[in-house]
Amino acid sequence: MLRNDPHIGAPRSRVDGPAKVTGAAKYAAEFEAPNLAYGYVVSSAVARGRIAAIETSAAEAVPGVLRVFTHENRPRTAWFSSSYQDEVAPPGTPFRPLYDEKVYYSGQPIALVVAETFEIARYAASLIRAEYETEEHETDLKLARAHAYVPPKKRSGITPPPKPEGDAMKAYADAPVRVWGEYNHAPEHHNPMEPHASTVVWEGGGKLTVHDKIQGVQNSQGYVASVFGLSKDDVQVVSPFVGGGFGSGLRPQYQLFLAVMATIDLERSVRVELTRDQMFTFTHRPATISTVMLGAEPDGRLVSLKHDAVQGTSQFEDYQETVVNWSSLLYHPKNIALSYQIAKLDTYTPGDMRAPGAPTGISAIECAMDELAYATGVDPVELRLRNYTDRDENADKEFTSKELRACYRLGAERFGWAQRKPEPRSMREGRELIGWGMASGVWEAYMMKTSARATLTLDGKLEVATATADIGTGTYTILTQIGADAFGLAMEDVTARIADSSLPKSPIEGGSWTAASAGAAVDAACRSVREKLFGYAQTMKGSPLAGATIDQVSFANGRMVLTTDPSRSVTIAEAMRAGGVDRIQAEETASPSLLTKTRYASYTHSAVFAEVRVDEELGQIRVTRVVNAVAAGKILNPKTARSQVLGGVVWGLSMALHEETFTDHNLGRFMNHNIAEYHIPVNADVHDIEVVFVEEHDDKVSPLGVKGLGEIGIVGTPAAIANAVFHATGKRIRDLPITIDKVLAETA
Amino acid sequence: MPDEVSVSLTINGRARRLDIAPWTSLLDLLRLQLGLTGTKKGCDHGQCGACTVLIDGRRMNSCLQLAVMQEGREITTIEGLAEGGRLHAIQAAFIERDAFQCGYCTPGQILSAVALIEEGRAHTRDEIREYMSGNLCRCGAYPNIVDAVVDVLAAGGVTMKEAAA
Repeated sequence: MLRNDPHIGAPRSRVDGPAKVTGAAKYAAEFEAPNLAYGYVVSSAVARGRIAAIETSAAEAVPGVLRVFTHENRPRTAWFSSSYQDEVAPPGTPFRPLYDEKVYYSGQPIALVVAETFEIARYAASLIRAEYETEEHETDLKLARAHAYVPPKKRSGITPPPKPEGDAMKAYADAPVRVWGEYNHAPEHHNPMEPHASTVVWEGGGKLTVHDKIQGVQNSQGYVASVFGLSKDDVQVVSPFVGGGFGSGLRPQYQLFLAVMATIDLERSVRVELTRDQMFTFTHRPATISTVMLGAEPDGRLVSLKHDAVQGTSQFEDYQETVVNWSSLLYHPKNIALSYQIAKLDTYTPGDMRAPGAPTGISAIECAMDELAYATGVDPVELRLRNYTDRDENADKEFTSKELRACYRLGAERFGWAQRKPEPRSMREGRELIGWGMASGVWEAYMMKTSARATLTLDGKLEVATATADIGTGTYTILTQIGADAFGLAMEDVTARIADSSLPKSPIEGGSWTAASAGAAVDAACRSVREKLFGYAQTMKGSPLAGATIDQVSFANGRMVLTTDPSRSVTIAEAMRAGGVDRIQAEETASPSLLTKTRYASYTHSAVFAEVRVDEELGQIRVTRVVNAVAAGKILNPKTARSQVLGGVVWGLSMALHEETFTDHNLGRFMNHNIAEYHIPVNADVHDIEVVFVEEHDDKVSPLGVKGLGEIGIVGTPAAIANAVFHATGKRIRDLPITIDKVLAETA
Repeated sequence: MPDEVSVSLTINGRARRLDIAPWTSLLDLLRLQLGLTGTKKGCDHGQCGACTVLIDGRRMNSCLQLAVMQEGREITTIEGLAEGGRLHAIQAAFIERDAFQCGYCTPGQILSAVALIEEGRAHTRDEIREYMSGNLCRCGAYPNIVDAVVDVLAAGGVTMKEAAA
């Protein structure tokens, strides 16, 4: 072999694995600082009103308490609310912690106690008393939907529903087969295992080093600089490890504000770490009500599609998701009407949570399609094939690639779908009813402008660097693979540096775009270094590569080798010496192709097949098998890629059966704010999950042909499981999660 | 303010005598006073297992243990598992099987797995799932965690039985 075995496409273990299994990996609350003080947050007890009085003297009297911050003594911060707008803020007025006496939601931070030790701060916080003048609040979307509205200002990156086509209502009324349903899901909270925390290190001279739980260090950097009137040069954000994000760390959260405020005021390093119950006091996936109406011919061909959705947002920002557009992307009959509205609630602003809007909208359309399959007697997979779209009719564009047909076929084969008996309640083993269900999944394949730097040194070591994050997704590993392949190096000879705001510019890590974007940027920077290196090699006297072009050489084992004549080669070190340098560095920016953006649409697809076993007497549901067939372009690392999809499936299972934040609408407060009562799957809930990657070649979506994998695993999973529950029990449960009480209810 | 109490205990093989405020949890002692941040705080309520350590060989949630109650006990944290720079078999298996993503629950999962293997009561994949269910993983790495435990059991000569249907 001329080349080393490529790392790209190979199942490499995580390069950050050793740090993570030995406890060496440091997360935001684990950085030390001399003379560190500890902040503890006090949360509001009411959902709406004003703080009439706040009594802090007992807390201040506790020995070791340094300062109690409230709206009454908050140090000066930016005047304009727009200064609080972070990179991904939705339209509106961002929440400003301790800004004034107004309370916008239950759990809002109303005081920060800073003390010499964590225990003293916690104890002193318990002594703070607030009196409120309360106002009427509304936290129930079912009531607030009466005042729902079309967001007047579109959120960046969110496409409003496409315009109606034909006459959906008339076509529905005239259709031989009709299904109609209202599909709901409860609010959900991200609950990454690591609570949100910020350690702010006072470096003296007004300089700060910040360790924040964030999915984009430069977003926190920009926020801190803007809110506190600092130069970006004085704020460095370094967050090498993030203990799960799932969207909760896209926007800077209030603990960052509080920790920075206290640090500047006290001129002393401060850490603020939220408690688990405070993890329910900021962003969440909003409750959603979807109504779907499908009209079809007896053979299942759709003639009409109507999908309306309403979601909650806060009083102060118009958070928005793409919910209904997926329906007419997957299926596009002649008559279509879609709508999307939001309604104000007295909660914090919802935020992006793994595949925001997609499992929401897809659960509705894909359960409705399942209902149509039973109404027409057409097999659910066949029904989808009969209504398959080969273009993005919403945007009137070609797809860069769409191997969803192959997902259906391969997924069905691996699952054994052909053995399914179509009638509900027709499969049983002992006291358990068995159900098989399936659904499709789709998520947009984004690429975002990203910069990266590559540095090659005389010793044959390479460093690649960009400010992006690794929230468990495998960024460190894939960037290492890309760098190693560019120079034919071993993984051990390459270091990926990320999550430091001083590194080349990167957007937040979200939307499944990091592999495509940061990957392309690192690749571009490496290519630039290769060209310089090749140039030096050619300047050598009697260069073995004289007359060759860079396309004619391969990089292997620390050498540039002429592909057609491997006896002609130059080592990296020889070339650098010829150039009189001991390092070569290049920074490049990778941007999405304008041609692709204007002419094409890019999506990742999946077909999910699920088996459930339902104990009819106890109403317990076990998801015993899932096959998720995914078409996501090029797979950089099958090992970490599989993990991404596995995790997504567990999230989908959770949305289908477990996860739900209950609201006490009398108090306007989330009730189950701990992870004993907020159910997420445990190991015993998760059985066999098979991930199939469908071959998909795509030379347009991104320079590396990568589409991204962070979200697609969840998208179709809840609907596949809900459809399996119907197949097992004959009960169509349209409210997620499908809990025991709903299964046992007489009518569903 | 409460007076500090003097406690003698062994952490990762090293005998220590510490003056500890009685309201300090073992978890906070490890993380905040001793710099052993490999033990993670996920909930501080004994609900998630991220803070699992071995106390006299048994797996325990260190957030539910007061530090002053550990007199004379031997505590093993994730930092004390690898010997002389060589990873413990279960640490290596976690890397090989990609049994983690963000890594935050991982130390707790690993210590729980070490204890489970020592307990000698996991003979099927279902039993592993059940006995590892005190450790939440939000990234959803559960199937890979089970694979990692199976690998280490197999290397120790334990073969998995098929679970009863």
